[in-house]
Amino acid sequence: MTTSPVVYLDHAATTPMLPEAIAAMTEELAHLGNPSSLHNAGRRARRVVEESREQIAEVFGARASEVVFTSGGTEADNLAVKGLYWARRAADPQRSRVFTTAVEHHAVFDSVRWLCDAHGARADWLAVDSLGLVSPDVLRAALATDPSSAAVVSVMWANNEVGAVQPIAGLAAVAREFEVPFHTDAVQAAAQLPVNFGAAGVDAMTVTAHKLGGPVGVGALILGKDLAPVPVLHGGGQERDIRSGTLDSPAIRAFAVAAVVSAERRSLETKRIAALRDDLIRQVLAAVPDAVLNGPQPGPDRLPGNAHFSFPGCEGDALLLLLDARSIACSTGSACTAGVAEPSHVLLAMGADDSRARGSLRFSLGHTTTQADVDALGAAIGEAVARARRAAAR
Amino acid sequence: MSGGVDSATAAARAVDAGHEVTGVHLALSSNPQSYRTGARGCCTIEDARDARRAADVIGIPFYVWDMAERFARDVVDDFVAEYAAGRTPNPCLRCNEKIKFEAVLDRALALGFDAVCTGHYAQVSDSGALQRAADPGKDQSYVLAVLNKDQIAHAMFPLGDTPKAEVREEARSRGLLVADKPDSHDVCFIADGDTRGFLSRKLGSAPGSIVDADGAVLGTHEGVHGYTIGQRKGLNLDRPAPDGRPRYVLSIEPVSNTVTVGPAAALGVREITAIRPVWTGCEPPLAPIACKVQLRAHGEVHHCTAVVSDGNLEIQLASEARGVAAGQAAVLYDGDTVLGSATIAATH
Repeated sequence: MTTSPVVYLDHAATTPMLPEAIAAMTEELAHLGNPSSLHNAGRRARRVVEESREQIAEVFGARASEVVFTSGGTEADNLAVKGLYWARRAADPQRSRVFTTAVEHHAVFDSVRWLCDAHGARADWLAVDSLGLVSPDVLRAALATDPSSAAVVSVMWANNEVGAVQPIAGLAAVAREFEVPFHTDAVQAAAQLPVNFGAAGVDAMTVTAHKLGGPVGVGALILGKDLAPVPVLHGGGQERDIRSGTLDSPAIRAFAVAAVVSAERRSLETKRIAALRDDLIRQVLAAVPDAVLNGPQPGPDRLPGNAHFSFPGCEGDALLLLLDARSIACSTGSACTAGVAEPSHVLLAMGADDSRARGSLRFSLGHTTTQADVDALGAAIGEAVARARRAAAR
Repeated sequence: MSGGVDSATAAARAVDAGHEVTGVHLALSSNPQSYRTGARGCCTIEDARDARRAADVIGIPFYVWDMAERFARDVVDDFVAEYAAGRTPNPCLRCNEKIKFEAVLDRALALGFDAVCTGHYAQVSDSGALQRAADPGKDQSYVLAVLNKDQIAHAMFPLGDTPKAEVREEARSRGLLVADKPDSHDVCFIADGDTRGFLSRKLGSAPGSIVDADGAVLGTHEGVHGYTIGQRKGLNLDRPAPDGRPRYVLSIEPVSNTVTVGPAAALGVREITAIRPVWTGCEPPLAPIACKVQLRAHGEVHHCTAVVSDGNLEIQLASEARGVAAGQAAVLYDGDTVLGSATIAATH
């Protein structure tokens, strides 16, 4: 096995914890107390949770009471999509339509499909363009046909595969016109962009700690005070009776520290990372001239740390193996349970054919990325693509 | 790496021998339980996990390669078509030929690897000939004999010199958690072991007659795919044989949809024609050679003479063989060395 340092270009999967977050979490792990207990130890733990809640609310432009802690992004997405659908449907059985896109993360995508299969929902899959972007006009047209049947809208803020940043404020405004609750999965966006719940005008927003320098296993659904989704988890009634379960005060404290620190550094970091990403794109296209950059051009419509390519004639997982052997970590960008990559549903929804979708690779940059990482990829990608092409041609 | 003890130990031995080893688990079937079509396990998700954990313990990279389409086409569809044609295929042999040492090997070579290493019990001689394993009870040279010279040249079987019991002991001492996992036996893509039920679902029912050698109808069947040459059980004949002795499937004729049964004595075979021969341990014998032949996995070995005629392999057995089924491989041996193999097409 190789001992050379790892070139980590998979920050969209998870990014290293910030030292400040590790320190805060480690300190808190030594403290006793269930935040729901009434005695002194419980009150102390509760104070940690509530201070963290206030800090997270401030970072994301929300009120503290709007922050509902969860175990992460997947749970927050499930709670928003299923919970809001169930609540709307219970209040008015006509409301069975769910509006979403075909480029969502599986936490939303599969939740919607399951609501259709098991709970009588009907999905309106909003069309995206070839860059992966959905237009507010598309949402307006969909909602305008029989608005009385609309239950909930869910559109991700930024796409985890191709980095497309949706016009969230415009989409949320359309939903508001029709008085339909609007949820957005901001897991990727919150890691790299200023994300403001109130200014965007959304009703529910998913964030998670481990994409922005906090620990895995904690996240939040930021949820307007007047919304009461049906819980997915029942129990002790924590978190406004919406999400039961003992609050994880060490993880929540580390989440808050990471959110605050990453927000403080954001404007500088965004510029630095975007410049590295632009150079990465330049180097990859120089080494592989027929590679195709998927998603929007670098700029406001694209996450600063995202570069996603199709390499014609390659299989993505063969490329991944070859780069992994050179200690370069990246992703085919698609979900894999048993470890088998399937063609990306995101690229297919953007109009790519099956082979282009299979032959794609995502490089995602973050707070530890250096020029040396980008140069290492630039030096390795040409030969890896040539070899993967020979493998695919067999 | 299947998730079993053999491939895990083979991988560990390859590392010890100084090779740069990458673990690959083959995803061979689709899992309809998930929204994700890519959520596949070999036979079970548990096997994939066991393989991954073994790779962790050994300290090698590990990937799952999706071979489900190739496997469905080259192994499962072929298995069904062979039964439909009245033959008795060996899917493990087909999988070695088309998947492990063709699809996987080709991809591996293109990606810069030099060989496919498996946990099969077989050996390769210095001159590149396939040989039986040291453990005769575990020998798998029969199911590998279909490989050609080029495939064998890129194969490694690190377990071929070791008895199975020692491999288990070694796996235990290496800390491989699969050390006590039972051996797999059945056809891997028929989870419940009910081959006839599997074939009926694939092929439907096609009722026809079971007759004796004179053509007298003795019973009915639901499809010739439910039968194999030499089969005695499950014939459900209307009346016993005149001499009261058991009857066996003698021939299967898919065109007329007829199964012919008769006494054990009529099962005897002295001459075999086998097609598509592959020669790895000698040049194609254009003049008859004396050697031994094995006609099914773990089957007995017969002395014979073999010769290539019109591109086919003609075998004269020194002793009568029973229950020789078309579709199985005839593998020729000189002592423990595989000379070549061919697919049984006809018997006399």
